Amino acid sequence: MSAGLTLLPPSASAAARGTDALFLTLVGLSALLTCIFVGLIVIFCYRYRRSARINRDNPPSHARGLEAAWTIAPLLLFLVLFAWAARDYAVQSRPPKDAMQIFVVAKQWMWKAEQPNGRREINEIHIPVNTPVKLIMTSQDVIHSLFVPAFRNKRDVVPGRYSTIWFLADRAGEYLLLCAEYCGTDHAEMKGRVIAMQPEDYARWLEDGATHPGLAERGFRLFREHGCMGCHAAASTVHAPELSGLLGRRVHLSDGRNLIADENYVHDSIMEPQKDVVAGYDPIMPSFKGQLDEEEIMAIIEYIRALNPDQTTGERR
Amino acid sequence: MSTPLPATAAPSYLHDGYSLWSWITSHDHKRIAILYAVSITAFFFIGAVAAGLIRLELVTPAADAVDADTYNRLFTAHGVIMVWMFLIPSIPSVFGNFALALMIGARDLAFPRLNLLSWYLYAGGGLFTIAALLLGGVDTGWTFYTPYSSIFSNSHVIMTLLGVLIVGFSSILTGLNFIVTVHTLRAPGMGWFKLPLFVWAIYATSVILVLATPVLAITLLLLAAERIFHIGLFNPALGGDPLLFQHLFWFYSHPAVYIMILPAMGVASEIIPCFARKRVFGYKFMAFAIIGIAVISFLVWGHHMFVSGQSVYASMVFSVLSFMVAVPSAIKVFNWTATLHKGSISFTAPMLYALGFVILFLQGGLTGLFLASLSIDVHVTDTYFVVAHFHYIMVGGSVMAYLGAVHYWWPKMTGRMYAESWARVAALIIFAGFNLTFFPQYLLGYEGMPRRYHTYPDQFQVLNILSSSGAAVLAIGYMLPLLYLFWSLWQGKHAPDNPWQATGLEWQTSSPPPVHNFDHLPDGSAEPYDYTPDRAVQQ
Repeated sequence: MSAGLTLLPPSASAAARGTDALFLTLVGLSALLTCIFVGLIVIFCYRYRRSARINRDNPPSHARGLEAAWTIAPLLLFLVLFAWAARDYAVQSRPPKDAMQIFVVAKQWMWKAEQPNGRREINEIHIPVNTPVKLIMTSQDVIHSLFVPAFRNKRDVVPGRYSTIWFLADRAGEYLLLCAEYCGTDHAEMKGRVIAMQPEDYARWLEDGATHPGLAERGFRLFREHGCMGCHAAASTVHAPELSGLLGRRVHLSDGRNLIADENYVHDSIMEPQKDVVAGYDPIMPSFKGQLDEEEIMAIIEYIRALNPDQTTGERR
Repeated sequence: MSTPLPATAAPSYLHDGYSLWSWITSHDHKRIAILYAVSITAFFFIGAVAAGLIRLELVTPAADAVDADTYNRLFTAHGVIMVWMFLIPSIPSVFGNFALALMIGARDLAFPRLNLLSWYLYAGGGLFTIAALLLGGVDTGWTFYTPYSSIFSNSHVIMTLLGVLIVGFSSILTGLNFIVTVHTLRAPGMGWFKLPLFVWAIYATSVILVLATPVLAITLLLLAAERIFHIGLFNPALGGDPLLFQHLFWFYSHPAVYIMILPAMGVASEIIPCFARKRVFGYKFMAFAIIGIAVISFLVWGHHMFVSGQSVYASMVFSVLSFMVAVPSAIKVFNWTATLHKGSISFTAPMLYALGFVILFLQGGLTGLFLASLSIDVHVTDTYFVVAHFHYIMVGGSVMAYLGAVHYWWPKMTGRMYAESWARVAALIIFAGFNLTFFPQYLLGYEGMPRRYHTYPDQFQVLNILSSSGAAVLAIGYMLPLLYLFWSLWQGKHAPDNPWQATGLEWQTSSPPPVHNFDHLPDGSAEPYDYTPDRAVQQ
């Protein structure tokens, strides 16, 4: 690494090694094609140089068969490459259902992460190895992009929506965390580390920092402080949708659409409540724009997620 | 001119008035080509200075030569100037203007006044861009991604947008002019399959210019509306969608890549047959490949957005289409190579540039396959791998071809021969310097160095030093043609009418051509590239 001349950077996941395999295949293929074509150009340039005495009779001006062959051959080769890369991409794009979740908020110019138990970090993300980890990410200002070269993975972090990235680290260690989307003055300083630890070390580390209340706990407090319970609590006299078991549930909207409630839906319902009104309810919810920041909204979402379907809103776990 | 002209010859276009006024009010396509040549050369060197400062800063991992804000303004200026003020107008506006009409045997373009207006729009837009630079610059990157550009940037975004918008209208009018010219002003007997491939390439480029540039204009106006009037279009805080901007921007900017490379392919298709003394191999395949590239180029913009959050299925469609666009590009490389077979090859400077173009374009094309591959793109997008890839296409491809065209048509444009040995040396220096600058960037990118980084982790330093030293070699390479070409204007040998024994109609008139191009209407019925290996070039 210190020489800076290695072809491949360190890798820390099976997916990264899969990407490397395709990359090396393409490097080999490119080297072969370069040798063939640059070789042909050099050979022709030498053999048929102006001063060479050589037979130049009947130069071909076209050859239908040959041209058809070198149209179809690359086409087939390209389709194979496409399928290989697309399969890996599809796996990368779909986090496993049982993945552990960490929330990430990006802002100019830092990464803020919040572990499931509420432990917060800046420019560092601790993760256990051999466990699928999903990051749920949003941005407080401009577009950023979370990039971990050791996982060969990156994902844009866009304001106003949640994006996810997941990985399964299989080697403990510290890996570079970078911002890959230009985000202003100190874009290049928006760096950090992903620290992959053995599960027991990770559990110990997590406990050490459990001085803050958990994320869902904080969400409950915010939920109460901002008066959400006035309408959403089961005992409330105001007619408002029940929130327990909301995430992952199909929601029917007053304009006839329906959707599966995800983090983006809950976020929008808090910030722009008139956008997706649930069927059978009046559009009476006020917007909390300017009152809650992205980290607080994440905490509230986590609180809602933690509610079991048999609990009613407002109860503590 | 030291030698008196024969009394019977019509005066050359260079002698139709000598005042500045006679140049800046000329409707002559050849003079307008010279106006473009002078102005894009100025912009090229401004953009190159910005690149030089970027490479200087990146010699060390820490921030030392310039601070972060200056660095961000430098790469933005480099991108904006090189894309809109140099690459897009380069071959079409200089050689499309100069050679297109001559090659089809026309006396001028279809709309000479519009042509002059195009140059004024270009120059006006360029001045806005320079003004923005002088007032303190702009720091959004040439891609103007929202919401950074619409609310967060405290730099001269609007002024730069205006400059680019105005230059866009120059592109549209030039494209329109070329399309009408090719349709209506071809010499008698010149059917579509008798057109030189350069004309095909300029025609296809013009179609893209006319169809894609209005989308850029609309996008920039929407961005300005959000920045000035806070109309929520792209900023989520106002209810907009930042990805909408990316879709609109790349809907123009991906075809724009082909605006930059198709004319370069046209140039290579003129030079290689001429100096191999052979008909271009598979003429019709070459023509159809140009059209194929132009059409598919409109359908691949989403490959810039594989990690932005567009749907997985959209990404797959864009990926497969990106592989498709590589097929006609591959055909062209195969056919240029086959053209050399059984030729009678001489290594003049234009030929060296054209061969350099083919080799570097091949490299750029092959790394394009890496980027079209979804899983690899996820890792290398927004890293130096992408930077290296598009510089292989834009600089290794387009700039090499542009320099090839400069040398090939120089005798026709100026009536003088350039210094051949100097030109060959410069071509080799540029080829070597280019590879030294940009090849290490592929490695940097796969190692994980993101683009637009002012400082970087220590492990990337060795490759960055290699790249920066290549930039120094490249700088020498680019200065050389400026010097010896300028020198040849006074000291160069007088050029014969057809110094390369080339077949195009532009070589049938005098060097430099008379104001009305041809004394007699030329016959366009000859087969294009009717070369035979035995008809040697007199050098």
